[in-house]
Amino acid sequence: MAGPVLISAELRRSLTIQRRVLHALLMREVITRFGRHNLGALWLVAEPMLFTLGIVTLWTAVGLAHGTGIPVAAFAVTGYSSVLVWRNTVTRSNSAIQQNLNLLFHRNVRVIDVFVTRIVLEVSGATASFIILSLFFIAIGWIEPPVDLLEVAGGWSLLVWFGASLALVIGGLTAFSDLVERIWHPLAYLLFPLSGAAFMVDWLPASIRPVAMYLPMVHGVEIVREGYFGNIVHFHYSVAYMMSVCVALTLVGLVCVREAGCRVEAQ
Amino acid sequence: MIRVEHLSKVYRTRAGSRLVLDDVNLTLDRGRNVGILGRNGAGKSTLIKMLAGAERPTSGRIVRSMSVSWPLAFGGAFQTHLTGLDNLKFVCRIYGVDYRSVVDFVENFAELGVYFREPVSHYSHGMLTRLAFALSMAIEFDCFLIDEAMVVGDARFHERCHVELFQKRRDRAFILVSHDANVIKLYCERACVLTDGRLHEFDTVDAAYEFYQESLAKTPVPAPEL
Repeated sequence: MAGPVLISAELRRSLTIQRRVLHALLMREVITRFGRHNLGALWLVAEPMLFTLGIVTLWTAVGLAHGTGIPVAAFAVTGYSSVLVWRNTVTRSNSAIQQNLNLLFHRNVRVIDVFVTRIVLEVSGATASFIILSLFFIAIGWIEPPVDLLEVAGGWSLLVWFGASLALVIGGLTAFSDLVERIWHPLAYLLFPLSGAAFMVDWLPASIRPVAMYLPMVHGVEIVREGYFGNIVHFHYSVAYMMSVCVALTLVGLVCVREAGCRVEAQ
Repeated sequence: MIRVEHLSKVYRTRAGSRLVLDDVNLTLDRGRNVGILGRNGAGKSTLIKMLAGAERPTSGRIVRSMSVSWPLAFGGAFQTHLTGLDNLKFVCRIYGVDYRSVVDFVENFAELGVYFREPVSHYSHGMLTRLAFALSMAIEFDCFLIDEAMVVGDARFHERCHVELFQKRRDRAFILVSHDANVIKLYCERACVLTDGRLHEFDTVDAAYEFYQESLAKTPVPAPEL
């Protein structure tokens, strides 16, 4: 019986190819998007950092979170970074198929690879930006180090999972209709104020809270903030709810991407 | 070996579904070759895309037990923001080849001079064609997919392509797709004819040629190219 050995050799070969393809796509995407001029690939981190810094400045100016005992910088960094991780990931997945159609002529490049590449890049950029800004504000003494680093990481991971799975769904659906991309942009815009970035669930009137809790990213932001600030207010979230949504989105997303792969016409 | 089994492809158009390939069967052994004749719109490009693995069959399957190239001299796979060298590196990474081992060959063959390190968007059509062919030759395959588009460019470039492909790599298999029976006759040991998405196999190029001429005479109105 050479069966199991054969399978593992084949699997190993497939993994090698997969690694090669993702590496090639990552390098290509970075050079294409950011070029080699000035900061080059560092823009991957600098761009979300600039966005977040802008939000920090804006929210400090308008005095958001004033009187709540939470430093506005920490509030903005946790909130806006959380938005970036799901919004940018999905937005970048929108044009992924269209912009990479010609690469499909290389047989080992599949539609899913194109999505994975963009998801990895966006998530890395947003995560690095979150970490660097946190360190920076901690270093200059504007915010305290997180109370529970593990909980921050857990909440962040859930947000990453949510962003990645939603990216597969929305990105896959773009192969079916251009409308998807058109609808996503206003939707993302409207979701931003509802996503928990600019409020804490506890601040909401009790009657509205259950409505806000339908949005999965609200749970993620609450967990990140609980990890960051500790028990200064009551945080509202359900890990089970958020994970269920992510599992469902992942499954639907994988089906969407597979169907997209059958539909695309290489050019 | 490549084995195409009951391959069909349906494209969705606004006017409804369109069957572009209809139950195509084809087998090609290692080191052998076949020409596929077909007029514009017969489904040649679709068949090449399926063989290359760029698109998925609607039904049927393609079994490959040898490495198969992407459609040769196909220029579309360039990222125009990137330089010729970056494109070479990308292709090499995909296929697991150390680009340093082929960069000299590509640079010499493509004859781009300083433009090799300039963005592809600044290239002329001829430069693009030369780079595309050079990249195709940088990666070794057991079987090459050749579109008739390869037979463009000036006579000297044509001759160099000929040497690289049909002399230096004459031990390889290839599938040559063309609307020109003379091209097929020149290079292929056998031929098939693609009409209305159906593939007709013949043992000799002459028999295929005869069938092709008859089919041309029967349907004088060209179908729209997809």
